[in-house]
Amino acid sequence: MALAKLEQLSKSVVQGPSLATGAQPTKDWMDTPAIFKEGNFAYPAKQEKVEYLDSQDGIDFPNARIWSPDEDDWKLPENWQSIILKGLKERLDKFRSLKIFMDCCVRCGACADKCHFFLGTGDPKNMPVLRAELLRSVYRNDFTLAGKLFGKMAGGREMTVGVLKEWFMYSYQCTECRRCSVFCPYGIDTAEVTMMIRELLHLVGIGINWILEPASNSNRTGNHMGLQPHTFKDNVDFLAEDVEALTGVKINHSFNRKGAEVLFITPSADVFAEPGLYTAMGYLALFEQIGLDYTWSTYASEGGNFGLFTSNELMKKLNAKMYAEAKRLGVKYIIGGECGHMWRVVHQYMDTMNGPADFMEVPKSPITGTVFENAKSTKMIHISEFTADLIKHGKIKFDPSRNANVKATYHDSCNPARAMGLMDEPRYILDHVVPGWVEMPENTIREQTFCCGSGTGLNTDEIMELRMRAGLPRANAVKHVIDKHDVNMLSCVCAIDRATLTSLMDYWNPGCGVCGISELVGNALIMDNEKRAMGYGADGTESELPDGLRTMV
Amino acid sequence: MKYAFSFVAVLALVIIAWLGSMIPGLQYLFGIAIPYLAIMIFLGGFIYRVVQWAKSPVPFSIPTTCGQGKSLDFIKQDKLDCPTRASEVAARMFLEIFAFRSLFRNTKSELHEGPKITYESSRWLWLAALLFHYSFLIIVIRHMRLFLNPVPQWLQFLGFLDGGAMLQVGAPLLYASSLGLLGGVVFLFGRRLVNRNVRYISLANDYFPLFLIFAIAVTGMLMRYFLRTNIDIVTIKELLVGLVTLHPVINAEIGSIFYIHVFLVSALLVYFPFSKLMHMGGVFMSPTRNMPNNSRAKRHINPWNDPTIKPHSYAGYEDEFREFMVDAGIPVEKELPPRKDEE
Repeated sequence: MALAKLEQLSKSVVQGPSLATGAQPTKDWMDTPAIFKEGNFAYPAKQEKVEYLDSQDGIDFPNARIWSPDEDDWKLPENWQSIILKGLKERLDKFRSLKIFMDCCVRCGACADKCHFFLGTGDPKNMPVLRAELLRSVYRNDFTLAGKLFGKMAGGREMTVGVLKEWFMYSYQCTECRRCSVFCPYGIDTAEVTMMIRELLHLVGIGINWILEPASNSNRTGNHMGLQPHTFKDNVDFLAEDVEALTGVKINHSFNRKGAEVLFITPSADVFAEPGLYTAMGYLALFEQIGLDYTWSTYASEGGNFGLFTSNELMKKLNAKMYAEAKRLGVKYIIGGECGHMWRVVHQYMDTMNGPADFMEVPKSPITGTVFENAKSTKMIHISEFTADLIKHGKIKFDPSRNANVKATYHDSCNPARAMGLMDEPRYILDHVVPGWVEMPENTIREQTFCCGSGTGLNTDEIMELRMRAGLPRANAVKHVIDKHDVNMLSCVCAIDRATLTSLMDYWNPGCGVCGISELVGNALIMDNEKRAMGYGADGTESELPDGLRTMV
Repeated sequence: MKYAFSFVAVLALVIIAWLGSMIPGLQYLFGIAIPYLAIMIFLGGFIYRVVQWAKSPVPFSIPTTCGQGKSLDFIKQDKLDCPTRASEVAARMFLEIFAFRSLFRNTKSELHEGPKITYESSRWLWLAALLFHYSFLIIVIRHMRLFLNPVPQWLQFLGFLDGGAMLQVGAPLLYASSLGLLGGVVFLFGRRLVNRNVRYISLANDYFPLFLIFAIAVTGMLMRYFLRTNIDIVTIKELLVGLVTLHPVINAEIGSIFYIHVFLVSALLVYFPFSKLMHMGGVFMSPTRNMPNNSRAKRHINPWNDPTIKPHSYAGYEDEFREFMVDAGIPVEKELPPRKDEE
């Protein structure tokens, strides 16, 4: 489906008859079925991808088949209903969060207009409370006394194919960004709910390809992009050459090297596509300048983890490579690159799932001597923590004028902000590497930040209009600072953001670029023995290339 | 029409108690048996629900971080919104439970031409919720004077404060909490009708407790301010003190309004553990709020962690890609095997 023109969508968002714009739906939500048409759903996972995952030890992906959301018959297994209800029972017993969140909602509606999907689509079922009610209604019907006695009167609903279809539609119109949970008086986190719904859907063979294909790639080749070891190495080598071409400094990097002090893991998107490439170049320049004894890994060549968007078992399996590789190579600790959901997994799940990492040491910066007590168990630190510490101790020098053509603002990625509390480290770095930068309005940053609209594996092209709608609150806040402060660069610490915000800016705010913080670091970094490539300006004077790292690729 | 159903249900409860209490002998049912049963169901149900929650483990550390976390020395941690120590978590929970802090953050978003989205602070719900809950709490505590003999000094003082000399209307003091509860309920109900988002999500389960609490408040206020002559406060006190000391007696006619009030309160107690009112217990146990954000410093244990889930092994990976790796100069664990060995 072709993407709607900007004017059309701008009008539709504001004037379209939706709950967000003032129209009151006449039909009860329980009587409003989900209708699938090209453009409003992500394509189902290819049968062979599901079969491949199912064949792997420790994880189950049963009922692989060819099916399509826009067909009436989803070819569900015969006993799909009992599979779902049994699965729900198991999860209620395994997750206190699920039980509490099913029981405690009072439907106060504080979350309703906090969701970027609701603001962009106006669809009532995109209010976090109603999204959760899709599951809660079934829970009530089958697992609570009130529901068993009073059924629909008590808000209960039988598990039907129609309900299942709603689950599919709305658990994949949630990016699990947790913004609603900030505002909920009980901290109800819709991410916990949609994670459970997605797990349940996988039990009956329902999943989307944009998640399961990268996940199977990651399992086999080590990264989402499916880059095989030699290709991964080639890509990084190219970037290293580009850094050398700009700075005149030869980059010494290595792969799968035993005995290195540090293992460096970043999302593979950083070595694969613009503008992530420039961020990766930033890492290479920084590590070279400080002489860090580190290695890349082709086996653990993915920071991201699409298992997070699939099931806790798959998340664990994919994440386990990090520690396995750290152990094999005998590194002291791990540094992780800029990525949002990767850091949710590393910060909140990794140690629990795959720890204890007692074969490593508490991370200690070899340059400043700082011991990262906040990561003393996990043994993995964020590149922004590492860099901010270097700056604080004056161990690296910058020439911010090298970023003179950048007027930046900073986008807090959902997961670092709301599932980690990483907010001020990137800001501290920004303060030192650009001549000036501005904040977006306070209701759109830090813990209140808006998602790019395409997280949790929804960054696929067939749902572009949905993505542009869901990204509107973010884009709108950027537009505010573009109009007011001539901002031209949206910086962030997330690889998915770097890809998705680029599409979002091209659509809503053409001319505004997207970059990682480490790109700005690499660009402004003064390196020993550097010999920056020079260019000639329009007036014929020789000067440093104004586009810095971006000139090269 | 979900509210109509709830309204009728509450009305039915009123009528049952009104008619029932007029049948000779049934006063013992409405005044003694049902209240005892209701209290038992409430306590038993409440404990059952909390135990049921507690039985499910918290497998992962999932606090919602609403501020800067603890990291480097020179980065200021937001101890309240991103706590790492137990004391900080306790402070966060205290403000959450007693000041409804998350609700205080509430904003209202609006879409304008452009498109342009605006956000403004919206604290009416927070204010009404505080008013409602604290009024309710004070009323519950104030009622203790009916169950205790003699009435403790502090309880009398609370009644005095709640009465606030300025609000004296006629003979009985008009309690601020009476107005607060009634005002709170009316606001919460009105909001469900007027706010289009909330109207759409509201279920019968949302209107029922509001009607019920409204009816409880109204019958209570009727007794205190308007129908004082219809009830016998001495007999009521004897009954209630008797209930507490397990020797309940009904020494004289009391008046239907009392039995209606007590029956509605009993209904609320019975309804409580099986409904969303359990948010009172749940708010203490929400993992996104009551966990410290220290999951990288201290390993959180998942009791059902499955140790058999292993990564796709490095050996398997190298076996598949060894040739490419050797060609590209990437170190390998095993040298290339002779070709004939390959399957």
